[in-house]
Amino acid sequence: MTHRFESVDAVRKGLREVDYLADDGIAGIAYLADRLEKPVLIEGPAGTGKTQLAKSVADMIGARLIRLQCYEGLDESKALYEWNYKKQLLRIQTERGEDWGEIEDDIFSDEFLLTRPLLEAIRADDPVVLLIDEVDRVEVETEALLLELLSDYQVSIPELGTIEAKQIPLVFLTSNNTRELSEALKRRCLFLHLDYPEMEREKEIVKTKVPDITENLADQVARIVRSIRNLELKKAPSVSETIDWARTLILLGIDQITEADAVETANVLLKYRSDIDKVVKEFGSNAAAHFEPAAGN
Amino acid sequence: MAGENGATTGSTATTVVPDSPLFNLLEGFVVELRSAGLPVSLSENIDAAEAVRHIPIEDRDAFKYALAATLVKNNAHWKTFETLFEVYFSLRGKEYAINGDGDDPFGDLDFDDEDGQEGPPGAGGEGGGEGMSPEQLAEMLFQALMKGDQALMRMLAKQAVKKYAGMEPGRPVGGTYYLYRTLRNLDLDGMMERLMEQAKEEQPDMSPLDERLQKDENETRIDELRKEIEAEIRRRLVADRGAEAMAKTLRKPLPEDVDFMHASREEMANLRRAIYPLTRKLAVRLARKRRHGRKGPLDFRNTVRHSLSYGGVPAEPKFRYPRPSKPEIIVIADISGSVAAFARFTLHLVYAISGQFSKVRAFVFIDGLDEVTRFFEGVDDIAEAVHRVNTEADVVWVDGHSDYGHAFEVFWDNYGNDINSKSTVLVLGDARNNYHASQAWIMKEIQQKARKLFWLNPEPKAYWNTGDSIVGEYGAHCDGTFEVRNLRQLEKFVDNLV
Repeated sequence: MTHRFESVDAVRKGLREVDYLADDGIAGIAYLADRLEKPVLIEGPAGTGKTQLAKSVADMIGARLIRLQCYEGLDESKALYEWNYKKQLLRIQTERGEDWGEIEDDIFSDEFLLTRPLLEAIRADDPVVLLIDEVDRVEVETEALLLELLSDYQVSIPELGTIEAKQIPLVFLTSNNTRELSEALKRRCLFLHLDYPEMEREKEIVKTKVPDITENLADQVARIVRSIRNLELKKAPSVSETIDWARTLILLGIDQITEADAVETANVLLKYRSDIDKVVKEFGSNAAAHFEPAAGN
Repeated sequence: MAGENGATTGSTATTVVPDSPLFNLLEGFVVELRSAGLPVSLSENIDAAEAVRHIPIEDRDAFKYALAATLVKNNAHWKTFETLFEVYFSLRGKEYAINGDGDDPFGDLDFDDEDGQEGPPGAGGEGGGEGMSPEQLAEMLFQALMKGDQALMRMLAKQAVKKYAGMEPGRPVGGTYYLYRTLRNLDLDGMMERLMEQAKEEQPDMSPLDERLQKDENETRIDELRKEIEAEIRRRLVADRGAEAMAKTLRKPLPEDVDFMHASREEMANLRRAIYPLTRKLAVRLARKRRHGRKGPLDFRNTVRHSLSYGGVPAEPKFRYPRPSKPEIIVIADISGSVAAFARFTLHLVYAISGQFSKVRAFVFIDGLDEVTRFFEGVDDIAEAVHRVNTEADVVWVDGHSDYGHAFEVFWDNYGNDINSKSTVLVLGDARNNYHASQAWIMKEIQQKARKLFWLNPEPKAYWNTGDSIVGEYGAHCDGTFEVRNLRQLEKFVDNLV
């Protein structure tokens, strides 16, 4: 089995080429995932680039991204596979009088199998990256569906037997940590916690994603965001919100952020009324007096 | 707990060779993690051994992340891991020996040698580094902080520890003592002021926003310096005492196991931060439980409607999901000094999940009792509401010492009629009644009217019913008394509540 990545450094450089700035931890774990053939469980606050990491890795190695969006009530027939009942019914009806054994063999064959993302990832001939998004949204019982796939890269279908992976795909799972995932799932994965980036890295991210930005403005943006995150807020600004904010500032033609600018555009960064008020109080000083929100709560 | 089925696929055949130094080190490390409370399973241990084959130990950062990815599956445990990692894998060379002469990369920098009482300068190839006078050290530190020069900061942290901590081999004092001595001599607060002044001098027209940003920047840098100093002290202690002994003294409870009653201020801040994700988690879980509790009776209409797509055969039965009525919660919390921290947390928690209950009413008492529901209504910021409860609620009747009996009497007289068969009543307190009358009959009355009555006690069970604690007397009339001393127990209780 050939490996996808040469070294940790190669991963970092490769990700950089697709505009994803990885730190040591991220690159190292992507490298290990390939070497140990283990899935990666990515956890962290919303908007820190969890999903983007999987997309970027797919981009980097030129693989197809297969995505399973998890939600409450997700079941086998949506995640793994389903029999095409309607087609099976048709098949039975068209050939009456045939031997039942033959029909049975026939209707439980590949032709009547609808593949869902997990099975698709396993059966793929081309290189794929499997992304299981927001795995914390499914119920604990449904998690068990994933276990066979994650540890052995195979899916068992009672009527067909066990389907083994033609190649071991890179698997990423993301979680917003709304509940504790089961021990069994965690044990099978490498664990990566993605937190808000350090100021320097955030500045680099802003510069990569908003190419028109000046060095000075990017620096200011990153500093202000860091200071805001230090406050106790309901929802701290995410990286994507930082980028949105930087874009807003560019559109408004601002190249040196003043208090008034910061206060007037705070609603791009913060999504709760009380958070905005708090930030305005902390940073706004005199500008707070004539602050009018651009959007309602 | 251990990994039973194929958690490590395929390549387990060649792990790290047993009895190699690295293998032994890793073994010791995992044992230490386990005794610190981290749940490291056997298969995770094997994964870690597998992972280090691919990452050279020389690349310390990558090595650390590789171990973390395989061994630590909960971010709250990261700090514990990091500290232990440093103890086990930090460079244990001779340059950290307490009396040792550092193999200092900056050793050949030219410093004056006027302060060399720690040993003859130049002995053992040491540079003049520790010959700096306190003023020089302070000045260099100031420059390093000003420029944010990490390498210089690290080197100066080393010097400062050598100079001020007064570490002696084999001396049985903890790291905090040395840290305190070093910091006292460095006067970081004064340093902070100087940094701000300097910034103002360079940029006279600084706006309040700039000033604020500058301040945050400086704070970050000083924080980094403090961490460097801590790390340096730890490294030296490890060199002196060995990793195992050191790890033992560093063992701290995980955030979810920190005792409410004895938390340090820093732990308190951590707990406060931990409680927000916890409440969110609980709210989600409770909502889910309510919706998916069990299946109800057959929904005939819906089944017939769906049967149409199967040619009238009811192939897909549909069920009615029960919608249980939401319970009402009444919280009665002791907020006297001894249990205040605990009560504050519980109020936080109850309000955060109040969406799951049709109504939440809160009462606080010391020897008097006051309803504080109004402080929480329409408030976004729970912390502020709790603060108002603590400052504005009218809870002192005579002397401000807990009097459960009187508080319950007031409650029963004024609000007793509001309790009905839908209400769940939670009493929070240590039941230390200062030998007043217990009025336990009120508990009995409440229990008869309410759906459930629970008592949460933040004291260890062993102390119950000792001294003036009469939790047994009240507990006899409750549907349950629970020891709730840390987040883990609190979470478990709330989970079972619905």
